[in-house]
Amino acid sequence: MPTVTEPALKLRQFEAVCRILDRFGRDPMKLIPILQDVQEEYRYLPEEVMTFVATSLGLPPARVFGVATFYSHFAIEPKGKYVVRLCDGTACHVKKSTSILDALYQRLGLSEKNTTTPDLLITVETVSCLGACGLAPVMCINDDVHGQVTPDRAVALIEDIMKEENA
Amino acid sequence: MNDTADRPVAPNLTRMADEYAAASAQIKQRVILCAGTGCVANGAIEVHEAFVEAIATAGLNVATELRSESTADVRLSKSGCQGFCQMGPLVTVEPQGLLYVKVTPADVEEIVEVTLRDGKTVERLLYEEQRNGRRCHGPADIPFYRQQARTVLRLCGYIDPEDIREYIAEGGYESARRAYVDMTPEEICGDVLRSGLRGRGGGGFPTGRKWELTRVQPGDKKYVICNGDEGDPGAFMDRSVMEGNPHAVIEGLLITARAVGADEAYVYVRAEYPLAVQRIRKAVADAEAAGIVGEHVFGTELGLTCHVMEGAGAFVCGEETALIASIEGKRGMPKPKPPFPAESGLLGKPTVINNVETLACVPLVLAMGADQFRTLGTAGSPGTKTFALTGHVVNTGLIEVPFGATLRDIVYNIGGGVTDDSGAITDEGFKAVQIGGPSGGCLTEEQLDLPLDFDSLRSVGAMVGSGGLVVMNRQTCMVSVARFFMQFTQNESCGKCLLCREGTKQMLALLDDIIEGNADAGTLELLAKLGNAVQKGSLCGLGKTAPNPVLSMLRQFQGEYEDHVFHKRCPAGECKALLMPEIDPDLCKGCTACARKCPVDAIIGDVRKPHTIDVEKCIKCGACAEVCKFNAVTGV
Repeated sequence: MPTVTEPALKLRQFEAVCRILDRFGRDPMKLIPILQDVQEEYRYLPEEVMTFVATSLGLPPARVFGVATFYSHFAIEPKGKYVVRLCDGTACHVKKSTSILDALYQRLGLSEKNTTTPDLLITVETVSCLGACGLAPVMCINDDVHGQVTPDRAVALIEDIMKEENA
Repeated sequence: MNDTADRPVAPNLTRMADEYAAASAQIKQRVILCAGTGCVANGAIEVHEAFVEAIATAGLNVATELRSESTADVRLSKSGCQGFCQMGPLVTVEPQGLLYVKVTPADVEEIVEVTLRDGKTVERLLYEEQRNGRRCHGPADIPFYRQQARTVLRLCGYIDPEDIREYIAEGGYESARRAYVDMTPEEICGDVLRSGLRGRGGGGFPTGRKWELTRVQPGDKKYVICNGDEGDPGAFMDRSVMEGNPHAVIEGLLITARAVGADEAYVYVRAEYPLAVQRIRKAVADAEAAGIVGEHVFGTELGLTCHVMEGAGAFVCGEETALIASIEGKRGMPKPKPPFPAESGLLGKPTVINNVETLACVPLVLAMGADQFRTLGTAGSPGTKTFALTGHVVNTGLIEVPFGATLRDIVYNIGGGVTDDSGAITDEGFKAVQIGGPSGGCLTEEQLDLPLDFDSLRSVGAMVGSGGLVVMNRQTCMVSVARFFMQFTQNESCGKCLLCREGTKQMLALLDDIIEGNADAGTLELLAKLGNAVQKGSLCGLGKTAPNPVLSMLRQFQGEYEDHVFHKRCPAGECKALLMPEIDPDLCKGCTACARKCPVDAIIGDVRKPHTIDVEKCIKCGACAEVCKFNAVTGV
């Protein structure tokens, strides 16, 4: 979040984290929903927040990092404001979803290793199945599902976002 | 039973059902809009808004929510997934039973005027059979629906999933009430065991036996868990049930809890299914408000607390011990069994885990009775099964057939036939069906008449899995499909067992060798050997079944693998590295179009004389084949 200064960010983070922790009664069993809510708030899991969560729950930080790195939904690096999730399930794969991914990577200058644009606007990920196989190939932008996507349409959707954000 | 004074009154299901039916009867017409994930992606919400507006403009009254005093002309409701996703948004008009497909907001005004006001049909919005152009009026008429046996899915796509009253009016929660009020846990376990119900999550373990094992455990703290972590790529049955009929899942969970003596339940839903999470949460809250779930289930001394938990994206959590670890807030890694969850599950307490579809079957088993349930399906696998039919087939979507239906029925009758890459029907196009996702295998033409059930599939090295059926045409390369699944399981391996963690990686590397033309005779042998080792050396279902797609395809499509390895040729033309473009001298007219198009000047030849390709220079881009008017370029 480039617009917020570091100390201000930290203060805000811990305040919100405390609220989340309290909502779950600081129960270590609720670690996953706690981390989900923390990520909802900050779009990723900053290292110092994870340490804070661990201490508050009486868990070793390694346990929290372990959980955060195990599940694919947790991000330990900032993600873009718009997360594009391209389905690469069986049905989408046999209907050539790979060509859509290539087109997105090319348009945004991203790759498998580097999935977020430098301005933190767009992240492109693949997911194993969005469960909308009847509409394959499928792509999600944040919570909006788009079905029967073609490489051209995917790029057009991305360009719409960029146009809107830069307006 | 003497302190009934401070106990809430048991909800009166009959009265609720009667009230609902009376209110519903006051409105003669009903428009049901499919609001499953598929139709919403196609714009169903916009269509809903257009209906509200158009009905009002036409001077009719619309009710979007049913109240006892409702006197509207038209009732507009949303349903869960109707299964015919590719044709969405779907609009059903009752009482005529018309089904309009691919409805856009621009069509709504016409529907309102022609159908709702004048009682006529908008022919152009009816489903048209691709083969003969016949227009079909409703589900009873459409081959995709006509040949199914929608039992678990009967209410999915009809009722409003967010209205508990409609579920009750359809007889819902009556089985759970009987289980709590009239039946003993032994009786319930006995009935379910006799019905022959087997777990729909893939393994096919008898549900009644699982319950009985848990029921007899000592101790008064027990848990029941609904496994809604449907991670198989190509499968979305559980999502559709949770979105379309969430109360059936909650009812199944209640009956399970009563059968084993549990007082706490978890519904674990995959995070990729936000709509299912939302619907399940609402269903739990509504069931609590109605006095069905909570401290006094149906006014009895027995309570059930129900939690909903969202997964965090790990396929392995579909495995029961891994799922338990995940609920406990840990990394979702499986544990060795025994002890089975029935003995020591969540927080060390006896626990039953059932899949969504299994739970949705449970109320039906009690309502129909074990004997009646057994009349559906086969002797070894009673009942019906939902499948997600996808891939190269005309009608994709969610279907339900009795166990024992053949693949031919599904692909050709319900699915409407195989399509080529451009979407046209091709009668000769069928190559294989992948069943059971990354744990399953392939069925070929020879197995088209095999009755599908747990045991017959296992006998040919495949499995029902959770029920994804991906149809593949002749333009699909079986090595790349195998590689696709291998990459999936390799990615999702939790890393606990060496053979799963490293073995899948090496198998993937071997498959890459085959695809890139670097394989030799030893590769295939090593691949099969390694596959067997991974099966034997892994703890949980993920690793044990990870080599299945590869091993099954190696057996069924040996020739295709050998072509890749020995002749460096991909018969489907999918593996780029193996393409060998050639110009047929008999067809080539020497027009020079290809030579001019070739980006690397690899095509040589004089005007009006057959051209040739310089294999050393060729980058196999296929541009020559695209530009050739005489189809003289082969092998790309």
